[in-house]
Amino acid sequence: MLPAELLEEGQHLMAVCNSCRYCEGFCAVWQSMETRSIFEEKDLNYLANLCHNCSECYYSCQYSPPHEFAINPPKTFARLRAYTYELYAWPRPMATAFHKNGLKVTLLMVLILVAVMSSASFLLGGRLFMTVHDGNFYKIVPHMVMSVAFAVVGTFSALALLIGFLRFWRNVGESHSTLASPGAIATAAKDIFTLVNLDNGGDGCSYPKEKSSEALKWFHHATFYGFLSCFIATTLGAFYYFVLGQHGAPAFTSLPVIFGTIGGLGLIVGPIGLWIMMQRRNEEIVDKSQNGMDLSFIVLLVAISISGLLLLVLRQTAAMGSLLLIHLSFVMTLFLSMPYGRFVHGIYRSGALLKWSLERSRQKKVKAPA
Amino acid sequence: MKHLEKSMSDLSGFDVLVVGGGNAGLAAALSAIEGGAKVLLLESAPEWFRAGNSRHTRDLRCMHDAPTRVMSGAYTEEDFYKDVLSVTQGKTNEHLARMTIRASTECTDWMGSYGVRFQKALGGTLQLGRTNAFFLGGGKAMMNAYYDAAERVGIRVVYNAEVIALNVKDGEFQSVTALIDGVSTEVGAKALVVSSGGFESNLEWLKEAWGPMADNFLIRGTAYNKGKVLRCLLDLGMESISDAKEGHMVAIDGRSPKFDGGIVTRLDCVSLGVVVNNKGERFYDEGEDFWPKRYAIWGRLVAEQPDQVGYSFIDSKAMGKFMPTLFKPYEANTIGDLAQQLKLPVDVVEATIQAYNAAVQPGTFNHEILDDCSTTGLKPAKSHWALKLDKPPYYAYPLKPGLTFTYLGLMVNDRAMVLRKGGERTKNIFAAGEIMAGNILGMGYAAGIGVTIGTVFGRIAGREAAMQALHPKGTSVVVQEVAIHAAR
Ligand SMILES: Cc1cc2nc3c(=O)[nH]c(=O)nc-3n(C[C@H](O)[C@H](O)[C@H](O)COP(=O)(O)OP(=O)(O)OC[C@H]3O[C@@H](n4cnc5c(N)ncnc54)[C@H](O)[C@@H]3O)c2cc1C
Ligand code: HEM
Ligand code: SF4
Ligand code: SF4
Repeated sequence: MLPAELLEEGQHLMAVCNSCRYCEGFCAVWQSMETRSIFEEKDLNYLANLCHNCSECYYSCQYSPPHEFAINPPKTFARLRAYTYELYAWPRPMATAFHKNGLKVTLLMVLILVAVMSSASFLLGGRLFMTVHDGNFYKIVPHMVMSVAFAVVGTFSALALLIGFLRFWRNVGESHSTLASPGAIATAAKDIFTLVNLDNGGDGCSYPKEKSSEALKWFHHATFYGFLSCFIATTLGAFYYFVLGQHGAPAFTSLPVIFGTIGGLGLIVGPIGLWIMMQRRNEEIVDKSQNGMDLSFIVLLVAISISGLLLLVLRQTAAMGSLLLIHLSFVMTLFLSMPYGRFVHGIYRSGALLKWSLERSRQKKVKAPA
Repeated sequence: MKHLEKSMSDLSGFDVLVVGGGNAGLAAALSAIEGGAKVLLLESAPEWFRAGNSRHTRDLRCMHDAPTRVMSGAYTEEDFYKDVLSVTQGKTNEHLARMTIRASTECTDWMGSYGVRFQKALGGTLQLGRTNAFFLGGGKAMMNAYYDAAERVGIRVVYNAEVIALNVKDGEFQSVTALIDGVSTEVGAKALVVSSGGFESNLEWLKEAWGPMADNFLIRGTAYNKGKVLRCLLDLGMESISDAKEGHMVAIDGRSPKFDGGIVTRLDCVSLGVVVNNKGERFYDEGEDFWPKRYAIWGRLVAEQPDQVGYSFIDSKAMGKFMPTLFKPYEANTIGDLAQQLKLPVDVVEATIQAYNAAVQPGTFNHEILDDCSTTGLKPAKSHWALKLDKPPYYAYPLKPGLTFTYLGLMVNDRAMVLRKGGERTKNIFAAGEIMAGNILGMGYAAGIGVTIGTVFGRIAGREAAMQALHPKGTSVVVQEVAIHAAR
């Protein structure tokens, strides 16, 4: 259950906004709000995840502090989102730990993984600091070990994310059957891939400061498509290995390396850009309790990309073994932390956009009488 | 003292001084810069509270002969003028009104050129998509865009700067006295634009005009429109227009804050139920006409009741048929309990509702048209949408008069030039916005026309003030219209 004080804050926000509606042109949140007259926890949880935190409404609001109504939509939605991340997570205590101490938990995880892997490697024959002239890192960590370890962790992570998503879906009042709506999924996909809710009618958003800017969108695109690109690279790599039987190191001109490199660069530029913007954003709209969670996610993404790209460049040197180990520890940490940290914002925002696209096909506005 | 010297030397050498930074003031300041002038704007509020009532607006009314990006259909000069005539019952200056209407065609493009954004056509919560263009994000977003533009083009804006006196000689403006951060400062310029709103936030003045009942008025917008500049200019012998009791007053939720409650305090349930005063008696036909057309008379109706309060009673059938409200309604399972909660005379209220219910005739309810649900033999009658209050739970909202803005203002000509008693022109004093809206709105109101008047006259005032400041002997571009006006 939503803490009473947060529920009240959310309901006060909706009472003010739904009788005002000046922001209806900005984003999906306001359009969806207008189809409701009662705001229970499920509605707030949904709208909070539909909010893209662009802050445009905050600056446009004649009722933000110091006005006595003192509403602050982006901040209230951010607080609600953090609450939902814990509510939907499976198993839940993990999310609480991440929300409270994101950076510490992440670092601890990396350290443990490095320790485990290096001791395992030593036990298996100490090949860690060997130069591998053909750059084939499977000579360092046998492919089987790597595949099995990542298959286990990956499956767990995917399962946890799926459970989180289904919890979200039911919590906001949808049933499993409504998931099978190809049309709505297509519309939602378009909203997700274009981040249309950061556009506000074409000029970008008031982030990090009041002045309209498209930086958030473009840095996010770099991050998001960088991530996708790396995902494709890994999938292709597995395909080359298992299906095409190419067991050596992929050539610099091979597709996995090209996708990995592009993705890695995106995942350096994007998250660093997002981080710089986070430093500059208006403190008034920030739920500071989430800073650790945000930062740890960004640090991990950047660490993965830098270590990954270094690995590519230095794969024929003696540094390769330790780099590989560190890189794999980062990736493994990301996989393990995905269901509990900031990554879930992508899952629930996508879910909210899917619900919004379903709503658009279902409902009519509660209109003012003529 | 040091501070005083600094701000004095800082604020000298400007061509055009604009007093009041709402929509009209920013339109004037930007247009004066377009005319090549150096512009200073004094705004009495601190930065967050800048832009007075304009901060609370949502849309403006514009003429257009064909659909535009931001408005549907067509709204011709004749349509628009007919609407002005009907709401003002003829109390308008046709020349100025038509000039405003024609100039309104340019407003959205001009505002857009300074970064003001609009919702796409057909959007909008109210069915005003044909006649009105809606600001993306509302009036505060619009004013933020204007202030950003002002900074870009080099307009000097000073907040916490309240003008309290004017120095005018023979119809020629010399300087103003302003309290800047509380320090009295003399500021001169070659021409003056006054755009400091009406006097709606001046509780003493309201009391002077309305008597003690004014104590119970709520002010829907800014607390800073105290009418000091208006009073000074009237005292200096300028010609006035309209009347101190004229203005836009609506019935809003009685629980709203004294100032700045804005749009969210509106209540749209009057026509769906029955309204009683604090004696428990009905006093006006709740279903006389469509609510948007009657919205603006209910403020006065409630003001005339004892203690300036009313109570709108509805039953469960009406719930969800009007815009959501900020405050929750009072709720009870019987009319008696509801009356008790509101501390109204229970038996009178019960009798009023019983009499009403007994008078309701069968009909087909339709809130979209003037339907045939009415009462018979009841005084006052309810002529449309009269349904029995018989489905519990019952709900009630308290009503109080909510003043939007006052119409008593300065008479101007079509160059936005302030006229002296007898119609003689001042030399370099121009007015725009609420402070002169009474020239067009002698009474009544058409949604969105406040910003239209401010934008049109703001642009003219800024341009004319710049011209006056830079070429004091030159002739104006609107000579022809001046001639027409002189013949009035
Ligand atoms: C809740 C609400 C909703 C409204 N909605 C609409 C709408 O949707 N469309 C529409 O057309 N109209 C609307 N109106 C009316 C509209 O706000 C006004 O007609 C219009 O904004 C007036 O603009 P203005 O620039 O003349 O005055 P304002 O915007 O009020 O600006 C006057 C400025 O002058 C400053 N000032 C006052 N005295 C002094 C002084 N002595 N020295 C220095 N500065 C001073 C004030 O601080 C203020 O910033 C609404 C009004 C309210 C209250
Ligand atoms: C799938 C749909 C996704 C949507 C709709 C989405 C949307 C957003 C939005 C609107 C923000 C900015 C507001 C905020 O601070 O919360 C944001 C921040 C961010 N997103 Fe996404 N995102 C998605 C997926 C992803 C993915 C897959 C990644 C990376 C793997 C990612 C990484 C980030 C990062 C690093 C930030 C900034 C820091 C932070 O707030 O934690 N996002 N996202
Ligand atoms: S954020 Fe403010 S301006 Fe926007 S809808 Fe809510 S109350 Fe209105
Ligand atoms: S996405 Fe932007 S405009 Fe929409 S609710 Fe969130 S902060 Fe406000």
